[in-house]
Amino acid sequence: MRFIFKTDYEQDIRLFRHGGQRFWYGVLAVLLLLAPWWAGEYVMSQLHFILIYSIVGFGLMMLTGFTGQVSLGHAAFLAVGAYTEALLQAAGVPFVISIGCAALFTAVLGLIVGLPALRLKGIYLTIATLAFNVIVEEIIARWHSLTGGNEGKHLKPVQILGWKLESDAEFYYLCLVLTVICCLACVNLLRSPTGRAFVAIRDSEVSASCMGVHLAKYKTIAFAFSAALTGIGGALYAHKLAFISPEQFTLFQSIELITIVILGGIGFLHGAVLGAAFIIVLPQLISIAKGWLPEGLVPAGMQAVVFGVILVLVIIFEPLGLYGRWLKIRAWFELFPFYRKGMFRRQKSYMKSERLR
Amino acid sequence: MSFFKVEHLGIRFGGVVAVDNVGFEVKRGEVFTIIGPNGAGKTTIFNLIGLIYPATRGRILYQGRELTGLPPHRVAELGIARTFQNIELFEHATVLQNLLIGRHRHRRTSLWREMLFTSSVRQAEIAQREAVEKVIDFLELAKVRDSLVAGLPYGVRKVVELGRALATEPRLLLLDEPSSGLNPEETDDMAFWIEDIKRHLGITVLMVEHDMNLVSRVSDRVLALNMGSVIAEGTAAEVQAHPAVVEAYLGKAA
Repeated sequence: MRFIFKTDYEQDIRLFRHGGQRFWYGVLAVLLLLAPWWAGEYVMSQLHFILIYSIVGFGLMMLTGFTGQVSLGHAAFLAVGAYTEALLQAAGVPFVISIGCAALFTAVLGLIVGLPALRLKGIYLTIATLAFNVIVEEIIARWHSLTGGNEGKHLKPVQILGWKLESDAEFYYLCLVLTVICCLACVNLLRSPTGRAFVAIRDSEVSASCMGVHLAKYKTIAFAFSAALTGIGGALYAHKLAFISPEQFTLFQSIELITIVILGGIGFLHGAVLGAAFIIVLPQLISIAKGWLPEGLVPAGMQAVVFGVILVLVIIFEPLGLYGRWLKIRAWFELFPFYRKGMFRRQKSYMKSERLR
Repeated sequence: MSFFKVEHLGIRFGGVVAVDNVGFEVKRGEVFTIIGPNGAGKTTIFNLIGLIYPATRGRILYQGRELTGLPPHRVAELGIARTFQNIELFEHATVLQNLLIGRHRHRRTSLWREMLFTSSVRQAEIAQREAVEKVIDFLELAKVRDSLVAGLPYGVRKVVELGRALATEPRLLLLDEPSSGLNPEETDDMAFWIEDIKRHLGITVLMVEHDMNLVSRVSDRVLALNMGSVIAEGTAAEVQAHPAVVEAYLGKAA
């Protein structure tokens, strides 16, 4: 077990709390930087998706995991990011500007969608975001002159200041850099007053407002920030696929995104990455499983069923998700042989005053 | 100009008049206590002051400024902090994080600088931490600083909640039953702290309390309520001896 002797306030706001963390994140960084050398073509492509989904996962995690506003409309933000990028690229706007515009435009949209969040709570907000998803999907499909409707849009490879990112490795580094930037933005927000206000809203709105947190303002910021990250993810997603059409941004996509957050571990940024990795690897596992099962026994919509079952099982048996499981395993080794079963059980809270609202 | 004043305050929920024409004045630097039997409307008055409920009638004046009609978060920004009867802490956060949220109204950093975590944000964070550490020293919370609130006993949570309110550096502190659920020793500590808050920190305290020992020990003036109306006002001893108060608690002599 590690004991940290604290001598400075600075120690509590550092990115890395101790040498062990610095070492393991260093190892991870080296592995990721060298990925084009150790990963084959197929694995590289999977890594692209994992990084893109991680960015979107960070966005949704900030909103759902830290601010407590569940959104089932993030596929719409993904779509808006993707289409903004596609249209701006077609118009000849350089990538650095177009991806900024994708982030900014989705942020503004997030701001607008965030407005009902000030009045709607819990499941009702979720339903409103769900409706938003359906509306955006419809608009994209019908606005033929702008989006190309159901025929979709083609994208050319990314070009930054005359440098064409055509190979897998180049696009991979672009994704990696953006993922790290987005991750740092999230971490920084979470260790400053805005992040604390988010968490306060999640845990008790009455109490947060009595501490001077402007609920409307911070919920709107959370929505805008979350949407902006999703927009960046959407722009990269469009480039990865090189072809986008409305059916990639359906409600099922939104459910997949929320699955990332819940499966990875709600309330942990690590969870977003773990969830993203899981959701990308899962279809491969399913297709392997299909090979084992006798023919005719595998229904066509198996993937959706497996997703649903996993989501339900995780919520019942591992509410803290994959990252929570990891924390438990780590605690077991650190405390060996003193780990107790109920250590991570959340206590039933005392009577809450939420009924005040 | 009075420090804090409530005039003709009233609220009705449908047919129930929970608070009816209540008026009182709190002087700067005193401990003012509201007592009354269950359902008298004490906590409702707190919720009216905290603007959690909109008052049906009346005015709340704080340093000559009208509070009624402001959005709830402005109350904290003006320097009024409160605790709750049933404890409203952020349970999945540590004591330190809870107290830091109390510093919210003293934040000076913008969203963009926070995202980049510039050195000004870093310095601001350290300054906030220093302010919080003062509260931790004051309430002797050092040994639970890094524990999760969810794992703490009720008595300690009560102190943490007081600490969170103090971390906002209020001028007026509203305490809703500070001794409820505390054992006699913890109640004793609470009394000391309330006295210290008044004497050393110079914070005016408005509290709702049932424990008459605590009330007579710390309060300068007491207001008794029953059925949403004021029945007596004065020192603790005067109010306790008031016939209307005796009647409200014990009933009329047969």
